[in-house]
Amino acid sequence: MEKRVTFSRWSIGILFAVPQLILIFTFFYWPAGQAVYWSLTLQQPWGGGNIWVGLDNFRSILSNADYWNSITASLTFAGISTGLAMVIALVLATLTDRQLAGSRLYRVVLIWPYGIAAPALAMAFRFILAPEAGFMAVVNQVWPGFWDPGLDGTDAMASIIVAFSWKYVGYNFIFFLAALQAIPRSLIEAAAMDGSGVIRRFWDIQFPLITPTIFFLLVINITESFQDSFGIVDIMTSGGPANATNLMVYKIYSDGFRGLDYSGAAAQSIILMLLIIVLTIFQFRFIERRVHYR
Amino acid sequence: MSIIKQGLAALAAGVLGLALAQPAAAEPVKFDFWFGLSGDLARVVDTLCKNFNASQADYEVVCTSQGNYDATLQNTIAAFRAGKQPTVVQVYDVGTATMMLSGAYKPADKLMEENGYKIDYSDYFPGIARYYATSKGEMLSFPFNSSTPLMYWNKDAFAKIGKSEAPKTWEDVGADLKALKDAGYECPMAINISANESWQLMEQFSALHNQPIATKNNGYDGLDARLEMNKTKFVQYVTDLKKWYDAGLIKIKSKDLGQDMVQAFASGTCEVIMTSVGDHGTVGKTQKEGMNWDVAELPVYAGTERKNSLVGGASLWVLSGKSDAEYKGAAAFLNFIHDPKTALFWSTNTGYIPVTKSGFDYMKAQGFYDKAPYKGRETAIASLTASEPTEITRGIRLGNFTQIRAEFGTQMQAIFANKVSVQEGIDTLVKNGDAILDRFQQTYPNKTLP
Repeated sequence: MEKRVTFSRWSIGILFAVPQLILIFTFFYWPAGQAVYWSLTLQQPWGGGNIWVGLDNFRSILSNADYWNSITASLTFAGISTGLAMVIALVLATLTDRQLAGSRLYRVVLIWPYGIAAPALAMAFRFILAPEAGFMAVVNQVWPGFWDPGLDGTDAMASIIVAFSWKYVGYNFIFFLAALQAIPRSLIEAAAMDGSGVIRRFWDIQFPLITPTIFFLLVINITESFQDSFGIVDIMTSGGPANATNLMVYKIYSDGFRGLDYSGAAAQSIILMLLIIVLTIFQFRFIERRVHYR
Repeated sequence: MSIIKQGLAALAAGVLGLALAQPAAAEPVKFDFWFGLSGDLARVVDTLCKNFNASQADYEVVCTSQGNYDATLQNTIAAFRAGKQPTVVQVYDVGTATMMLSGAYKPADKLMEENGYKIDYSDYFPGIARYYATSKGEMLSFPFNSSTPLMYWNKDAFAKIGKSEAPKTWEDVGADLKALKDAGYECPMAINISANESWQLMEQFSALHNQPIATKNNGYDGLDARLEMNKTKFVQYVTDLKKWYDAGLIKIKSKDLGQDMVQAFASGTCEVIMTSVGDHGTVGKTQKEGMNWDVAELPVYAGTERKNSLVGGASLWVLSGKSDAEYKGAAAFLNFIHDPKTALFWSTNTGYIPVTKSGFDYMKAQGFYDKAPYKGRETAIASLTASEPTEITRGIRLGNFTQIRAEFGTQMQAIFANKVSVQEGIDTLVKNGDAILDRFQQTYPNKTLP
């Protein structure tokens, strides 16, 4: 006997899907469609009217050196912070999984950073990394001028990467730990009895078995690094110095809301959306091949 | 949340407006006022609103802080597009050009005239009135919180190098900073080079020296104005600042680095800063015990005929699309703010200066400027009225000027980090700023500035 629920008429099925469809339409397709329309026009901020300009907004953005600089900065930020956040989280999760002393405490504590709002943690890191008053002031005392995020773009970029990674280490940690604990103990014990050490067991057994989680976190981390970086940049660097940390999402905000250039910001949003889509497709197409689902 | 509240308030105001059409209505007419000040200043505005509501029974102003100037403008635009705009809104100085082209306001002078208030517009300090007036001199908005920058200097430190007066020229500043450094002061002068400091470093400097920021009289005469500060004395100024920075005479102080320049001055870490008269109270309240300091007008280069400095701050705009009853209330509110007694209240509780001559005279007569914490603030009036405003020192009327200020910060940072030369940096500022102005002009194809 077939246990699947079936409907006598297709319209009932549609009816059940309608609430979800309305939600998606209202919160995604409608604003996205509006953004596409705005990106093809020049909008007067006060709603006095608009002019159809076709692809002019895209042309002027893509011919702007500052915008390419912003894309480079975003990719650098995404690459390094994702790498840092994932590697550190994986190491911590593996150690916690080994039931070392105090691992129960770590399991709870390491999750906290993800619960902190980006602007709040950015404020904390601003104090920690302040060159004259914070922790880095000590370093500056030994090597004067070593740390200067106010003028040195690399230092400023390092600051926001550290802050962002710190937050996502907590997030990644939860997933890694769950994945590691789902591996049957017998596998690890068998390998141990065959004489393989900790590192060997990690590379040959644990790592291959958690690749689905690694892949999932890679996609999420990269996507979030494009979107969730806003609060950190806004509080810590405001995109400076000299645009060194003007990530794409921050540039959209400052052009659109501070500069009242709604059309230019809409066009940048479309480009950012396409970039994230392309990156995600790329990851599914090429990296997922190496993932072993059980 | 506040949007919902505003919406409800607007609805309530509308209903009340209808109710008022009935002869027997006794409830006061409510109208909204959105402003961009926060913290202490927001509390002062709230008191101001309470005073207005207590002063008469016909109208009730509902004052809501939107946090800061940017947010106020953004929220007002969003509310306006949804038809839920406040009646009165505070818009910062550089938003003036955007407001003028918005078509979303009711001219302040017309509003007052329609409601039977006589305002003597020549009573406003010309430097303040011209900043907000059209090129023909009509007042579209009312100047509200106003300030201008001053040089704060540490008397104790200058006494060590045998000086009892603040330097008046930049040549003197250079020599004094060197002397302070030689006398063992680690940070003779503090500046910051973010978008915010465009105000004192570029805009005020250019006004004092009668140098243009942009063609077409700084934009007053048309949307086709383009930047030209890469050809003025400003280049020399940045070159000097950079030279002094390289020699260790100037340090960069900002909040991001741990201490902003006002804190650096108040704590005695740095001996000279240039900031708004609005910080006068803060320095007084937070200064190191027993430190002697004073304020002076910003220096000029030797041989320059000093012109008036520009006003900074914000003005009050009345938005279109409201009922007659609300406009009556708005007019009464603006008239209340215009009163010299309000000016005294306002300046006493904030660092802002009075905007009218009668307000200033009233405060002088009350002995405001003789008392210790407020003494020195009259220097701001002296700076604002140093000359009759010229075509160039009226103000700056450029579209999207917030973005040009941001570009200023970016290029100054590039210059100070030795990424580009001074001339290259300012040339890029002009090039990128012109692109912003281009875009603004394209957005308003058939419009001209009033």
